[in-house]
Amino acid sequence: MAVLTTGRRRPAGGSSLARRQAVAAWVLAAPFLVLFLTFTLGPVLASLGMSFTDMQSTDVRSPLAVEFVGFEQYADLLSNELFRQVAWNTAWYVLLGVPLTMAMGLAAAVALNSITRLRGFFRTGYYLPLVTSIVAVAVVWRFLLRDDGVLNTLLGYVGIGGWDWLNETSTALPSLVVMAAWRNFGALTVIFLAGLQTVPAAVKEAAEVDGAGRWRQFRHVTLPLLRPTLLFAAVITGIGYLQFFEEAYVMTQGGPLDTTRSVTYLTYDQFSFGNYGYASAMSYLLFLAVVALTAVQFRALRPKD
Amino acid sequence: MSAVRMAEVAQPVDDVSSASGGGRESTRHTTPRWLYVVLTLGLVVVLGPFVWMALSSVKPEAEVREVPPTWLPRDVTWDNYDTLFTDLNMPTFFFNSVVVATAVALGNVVFGAMLGYALAKLRFRGRRVLFGLVLVTLMVPGVATFIPQFVLVTNLGLANTLPGMILPYLVQPFGVFLMRQYMLSLPDDLIDAARVDGAGELRIFASVMLPLCGPAMATVGILTFLASWNNFLWPLVIAQSDDKWTLPVALALYSTGEHSTDYGLLLAGSVVVVLPVILVFLVLQRYFVQGIAMTGIK
Repeated sequence: MAVLTTGRRRPAGGSSLARRQAVAAWVLAAPFLVLFLTFTLGPVLASLGMSFTDMQSTDVRSPLAVEFVGFEQYADLLSNELFRQVAWNTAWYVLLGVPLTMAMGLAAAVALNSITRLRGFFRTGYYLPLVTSIVAVAVVWRFLLRDDGVLNTLLGYVGIGGWDWLNETSTALPSLVVMAAWRNFGALTVIFLAGLQTVPAAVKEAAEVDGAGRWRQFRHVTLPLLRPTLLFAAVITGIGYLQFFEEAYVMTQGGPLDTTRSVTYLTYDQFSFGNYGYASAMSYLLFLAVVALTAVQFRALRPKD
Repeated sequence: MSAVRMAEVAQPVDDVSSASGGGRESTRHTTPRWLYVVLTLGLVVVLGPFVWMALSSVKPEAEVREVPPTWLPRDVTWDNYDTLFTDLNMPTFFFNSVVVATAVALGNVVFGAMLGYALAKLRFRGRRVLFGLVLVTLMVPGVATFIPQFVLVTNLGLANTLPGMILPYLVQPFGVFLMRQYMLSLPDDLIDAARVDGAGELRIFASVMLPLCGPAMATVGILTFLASWNNFLWPLVIAQSDDKWTLPVALALYSTGEHSTDYGLLLAGSVVVVLPVILVFLVLQRYFVQGIAMTGIK
């Protein structure tokens, strides 16, 4: 272990070592490259190509023998009543879900950061739903939220009349949002807790000496220092929520009146109907939304001068 | 050696807790009791649905439907599980899920370590571009690729097969990224020494570096196994006959189809899907924390 090293400089014979390293590197990269080109880059491009064609499931064996339709399907989508609705649903899901999940995650992280015992225990508990299948969780929640289910029974104990949560157009989507926040906030708790622990105690003490109360310390010292972490969390949560599907598939089948159908859901529907080209156009619009959100992250997280 | 490394890596999240918050804090403010009460209530809300799921899965169907619902089961019965495993094809679904998730985990560990090593420790032209590709792939959502993937897999003759389910997930950027980050933290001395001893580049990877990467490989293996176990859209698309269903596919299709009102049965099915991963999580949770600490990704 205690071999003398002379920095990065290689001994004589460097060029043949460089070549051997390059060969080894590409050999090691080969499986990734092959699979990446075949199953990621290829499909991303193919998906774009297909979105300009009227490809149907009957064309699967001859994908090149399809009609080119240009931007027709995109134009159709943007004026399509149902697509507009699912785009709104998806946007609402993100706009409601991200702040809710962040607030819950941050609250739990701040609470955990100010206790001394059982911190790991609570953190583990809050994280637990994240390792479980969304489908299974959705099955459970579907029963909890039934008209005569557990939630309404509990509400009844405190004298609140229940709703038929998943069958009312006004409560179905918010119910799914709450479930998503319930399932996901634990991940943000872990991330925020790590972030909070990087806030130097000296800074907080200085603020306290200056007479800042706990809330003002949090608002003006801790939060600004957490900004990169918060942004990162918002973006990864947003990207996940943009693609929501399983929850609605299991709990509401997109209903009532399509109020919980998402873009991914409609893409899957159109795929099942065999409209591959049309479905691809839809999935591409979603993909662009994800890319845009990611770009926002990179811009916002660039270190400020 | 590797234990020391792991502690270093795990530190950002794991045990700084007691170092920064703890002692100092308690001299100024004592932790309020009510905070523990609130946190415990939170825990009840988070874990409650799972407890209710498990309790209800051993109730007879009539009791599951009772209004108002009973909390503890009055008559414990294993009928639901019995139906799942004898009348329905649960053993097959379980087997499919295990095979797919194991293959995916192995692929990601092996291929992720290979490329991760090249990116972390070898100098070659194109390294930055390659790493850029890995990062970009991290952003590509499944919904953007599943239709062409389906066309491709169908033309390869792999529709409705487990290999067709496995192939697109065999190497994921997450595994590569995590392995790279980990290997960056290992010293170059060992590699240099092995080179001086005349070992070939691939041998250095396989017999010098890999043995040091146990914790990172475990993290990648566990997290990709889990993601695959819970994966839904792709298996749903690929599995056309019920002998190829994975657990989430079976559960979702039962719950929206012929068994949509067999509450006890569906809850027992949920237990079968969820319980193994919860146990794995509780036993191996340090690897999860490590994964988040190293990548910031769930």
